[in-house]
Amino acid sequence: METVLMDILGAVVTFLVAFVVGMTYGGLSRKITARVQNRKGPPWYQNFIDAFKLGFKKSAIHHGVMHHLGGAFLMVSSVMTLMIVPVLSHNNWFPNLNFQGDLIFLLYIMTFGPLGMALGAGQTGNPNSAIGVTRGLSQMVGFEIPWVLALVALMIQYHTTSITGLMAAQAHSGTWLMFSSPFAFIAAVMAMLGMFRYSPFDIVGAPTELASGPVSENGGKYLFVMMSSGSVFTFAKLTLYVDLFMGGADNLLILLVKTFALYLIPMLYGMTTPRYRTEQAVRWFWGWPSFFGLLAILQAVIF
Amino acid sequence: MMNDKNSQKIVDIIQNWARKHSIWVLAYGTGCGAIEIPPTMTSRYDAERLGVRGAATPRQADVLLITGYLTVKTMKRVIRVYEQMQDPKYVIGFGSCTINGGMYYDSYNTIKVLDKYLPVDVYINGCMPRPEAVLSGFAQLQKRIAEGRANGAQQYKDNLEWYRANQKKIIPNWIMPEYNW
Repeated sequence: METVLMDILGAVVTFLVAFVVGMTYGGLSRKITARVQNRKGPPWYQNFIDAFKLGFKKSAIHHGVMHHLGGAFLMVSSVMTLMIVPVLSHNNWFPNLNFQGDLIFLLYIMTFGPLGMALGAGQTGNPNSAIGVTRGLSQMVGFEIPWVLALVALMIQYHTTSITGLMAAQAHSGTWLMFSSPFAFIAAVMAMLGMFRYSPFDIVGAPTELASGPVSENGGKYLFVMMSSGSVFTFAKLTLYVDLFMGGADNLLILLVKTFALYLIPMLYGMTTPRYRTEQAVRWFWGWPSFFGLLAILQAVIF
Repeated sequence: MMNDKNSQKIVDIIQNWARKHSIWVLAYGTGCGAIEIPPTMTSRYDAERLGVRGAATPRQADVLLITGYLTVKTMKRVIRVYEQMQDPKYVIGFGSCTINGGMYYDSYNTIKVLDKYLPVDVYINGCMPRPEAVLSGFAQLQKRIAEGRANGAQQYKDNLEWYRANQKKIIPNWIMPEYNW
């Protein structure tokens, strides 16, 4: 009984850590973007203020049941992803529902949120939402190919489909997977650019073009749920990358350093490049990233 | 022990603090004033450091910024946009045109006094107001929010019939959804 209670408490703590870290990273990204553009920028805690304000806004919108559930689907998907990804290597405070084959399950659950959001956005009847959803799903078709290729290469190379198995393989050999299977890492990082939806792959939200796309009919509390879900998902994805390619982390400080280093890649790449059109984005993902994914598979099969 | 009134007061102070530092603006570029918004937002004046940022749709916005004159034709759209916004919401009248008609004072198809049709919380005068004036207007709005005096939306609800009568006077073919909020 006590272990179950500890697990539940640990899950809540994991969620809170993910929320705070994700929100802070969002705020830091706004600050860094501002500094690059020679502005002073908002304080790093601006996202918390925004979320707080959104949570206290009144909502008098009703488009139907699916519209209300869209944000909930997103949140469920983010929290599921977070619960499966091991946060720290050896720690009782961050339990995870780890099992054999969770990497394959993760591939499914990570696409579940956007699909639920697509249903919710579809019911609002806003044309911008519909276009945003179409673009989002096209983009997902784009970056899922190199991402899946990279993961399959890892699975073949190390004969395991569990994240802890891959972490154990790294601990055993002493080298990070980003060095022992570099092509898979390159493909996965290129896929990450699409996953984070920073410029040039911000075709889903596309401010001033689509009026924020799928979320255009959602204000106040809906936006609060989506914002927090996005923050949690950011943390979960970054932690997953650290677990898979950078040998996991023993304590929270190392985790923060590694995740922030990874987070800088999509952020800084976005500052130098303007937005792609949908077909350009898909073609980009099916070009070099997929090529590196195939190389990774070749490496895994031959060596 | 704290009574309910005092605890409500504390909650209001915290909420108003958050609202004051996070102002999402829907810039309704009706007139020439829209050209002053990009310099306000970009490197030189950087409104984002005050928590002011653009919102994409009325659903997400806190402030409706009416930048300049309003013709009878755009008035209808502005009313719809305002009524789609979620509480708490504020209106900033930007430029002389929203105060007294400005240089369009004798035009046949622009409205002269915005306050008769929508509840304006803060006016920024000038033709054009420079970005400094815009920032000072936002600062004024922040002050009013913190003091709890930016209650234009409540005024609009309380005096809806008066506002509706004024709006219907200038918009003859009134085909609008009725919002019951």
